[in-house]
Amino acid sequence: MAALTRADVEHVAHLARLGLTEDELARLEGELNHILDQYTVLTGLDTDHIAPTAQTIELANILRDDVVRPSLTVEEALSNAPERSGSHFVVPAILGGESAGGGA
Amino acid sequence: MTDLTRLHAHEMTALLRKGEITSRQLTEAHLDVAERQNRALNAWLVITRKEAIAQAYAADRRLTQARKSGAAALAQLHPLCGVPVGMKDLVSVKGGQATAGSKILKGYIAPFDSTVAARLRETGAVFIGKTNMDEFAMGSSTEHSAYGPTSNPWSLDRVPGGSSGGSAAAVAAYHIPIGIGTDTGGSIRQPACMCGVVGMKPTYGRVSRFGIVAFASSLDQIGPFARDVRDAAMLLHAVAGRDERDATSAPVPVPSGLLSLAAGDDEAAGYLRGKRIALPREYFVAGMEPGVAAIVREAVATMERAGARIEEVSLPHTDYGLASYYIVAPAEASSNLARFDGVKYGHNDRSSGEFITDYLRTRGAGFGPEVKRRIMLGTYALSAGYYDAYYLKAQKVRTLIKSDFDKVWAAGFDAICAPVSPMVAFPIGSKVDDPVAMYLTDACTLPVNMAGLPGMSIPAGLSDGLPVGLQIIGAPWSELAMLRLARGFEAVTARAPWRGLDPAELHLTDDPKTPSPIDRKARLARASASGPGEQA
Repeated sequence: MAALTRADVEHVAHLARLGLTEDELARLEGELNHILDQYTVLTGLDTDHIAPTAQTIELANILRDDVVRPSLTVEEALSNAPERSGSHFVVPAILGGESAGGGA
Repeated sequence: MTDLTRLHAHEMTALLRKGEITSRQLTEAHLDVAERQNRALNAWLVITRKEAIAQAYAADRRLTQARKSGAAALAQLHPLCGVPVGMKDLVSVKGGQATAGSKILKGYIAPFDSTVAARLRETGAVFIGKTNMDEFAMGSSTEHSAYGPTSNPWSLDRVPGGSSGGSAAAVAAYHIPIGIGTDTGGSIRQPACMCGVVGMKPTYGRVSRFGIVAFASSLDQIGPFARDVRDAAMLLHAVAGRDERDATSAPVPVPSGLLSLAAGDDEAAGYLRGKRIALPREYFVAGMEPGVAAIVREAVATMERAGARIEEVSLPHTDYGLASYYIVAPAEASSNLARFDGVKYGHNDRSSGEFITDYLRTRGAGFGPEVKRRIMLGTYALSAGYYDAYYLKAQKVRTLIKSDFDKVWAAGFDAICAPVSPMVAFPIGSKVDDPVAMYLTDACTLPVNMAGLPGMSIPAGLSDGLPVGLQIIGAPWSELAMLRLARGFEAVTARAPWRGLDPAELHLTDDPKTPSPIDRKARLARASASGPGEQA
């Protein structure tokens, strides 16, 4: 399996939205490659005809009755919000410019 | 009066029902010792005295009322009514903190009860506080907590195991008779083993995960710590069972037999007779401490002398457990932890005013090094071009690991016995900078999570004065049968010299001059920097 370069580490950090320092990136490059080395043991195992397991208890979907029941109040749901406006979370603008609210 | 903290939970139940003690007395005794010794142990992230006293009063009212109404009313109460309990700090308890050992959840106050907390509340159990843990349950030593390490009461320079190290240490130190932990790859069994207490990871789906901070959703399970098997069974009984709010909690009945394990040692010894126990040869791994292997083999021999039939078996894919686990768990973790974006709760940095920059800074500052490693691993394993090579491959290996176990059950075995940890508790700082060495401490526990099976650790003896556990692994939903085996082993070793010993350095925790685990960590780091062999 391929080794991770410094550029790969930076790319994965960005995908994961982790802001890492130079030190952290350097250390992770070594550590992640050392951990990936441990994974090579798996390449020797033939799994071509093996089905993957995503969950271990053989349950089919269990549905509950579709009835309204009490949930968190607005106040409770917003109680940990760093910033709120009325009954809403304030979120950072993710679209640039003045007309961020415009339709697409 | 005798020291109330030394009682088992089932003894507390009996005394509470007779009216010989009150929950208030019990609760205060436990709060006092937890508050006094926490500086030296750092087992607790918060001790909730005020709320605990209020719960104790309420439990006393229920007990008094029931006593007046007669035996039938008393029997209606759950045995945990009035009994102190502690919970790992990733269990949501309404109105209280749930840091998950992370800075990113510092200051967060849970606006709702987890199902585990709600069920315990219903029984009348008293919540003493929240226990220390590796950040987001990622770790095997509790050293990855953002709030400092926990010391092992058997040797204060050593770790209690992890990730539920705070609960294990608090139970071992008599701060609580029973505690709640979670186990994703060994995080209940390994600290139970290293602290010399009982710990059980139930079958995946046995206990609702609703309101538990998620790590790896297909592997996480909640379970009990206790100082004996009967208490562990009682706590499991209180929290287990189907919950509509967790779609993976299974509609499997919770056996009432969990509350009636044999009290007498003679009767309990009978639980071992005629049972077929498998001993998997791959679990005596290279690098296992000889003292640990010897105690596990002696424990199995003891079971055999008590009438169990032991047969060696092979679980041929055991060696692939570590690699496949360290793909599946980080992959699920990287997905679960994407929710920490600083918008709805938790640490947030909005200093730049620029969305991506603030997002990166929030997560970069909020997560600790091990969590970052796992998020990076998981993100990589799931990223375009690598999914088949890593994540899909690991899920296929998971099928093979599970089928190894299935063959053992199909052959008619009642349980598997194995080591828990290949080593006794290790010194603080000795593995924290070597992730692979740390991961190897879970080699014998994580295949059980990969297969979704119940597993437990029970005290089996001491090696160099430090606890060693015996692992019992069962077929799905066989917790009662496993607890009976464990109770049988407890009974036939009731007079063993290591039984009933106090953790060797527990007495030091009362001394205000005893250094805190944070001071120990600094001292041990200085000692190891000054050269090998210098560690105290």
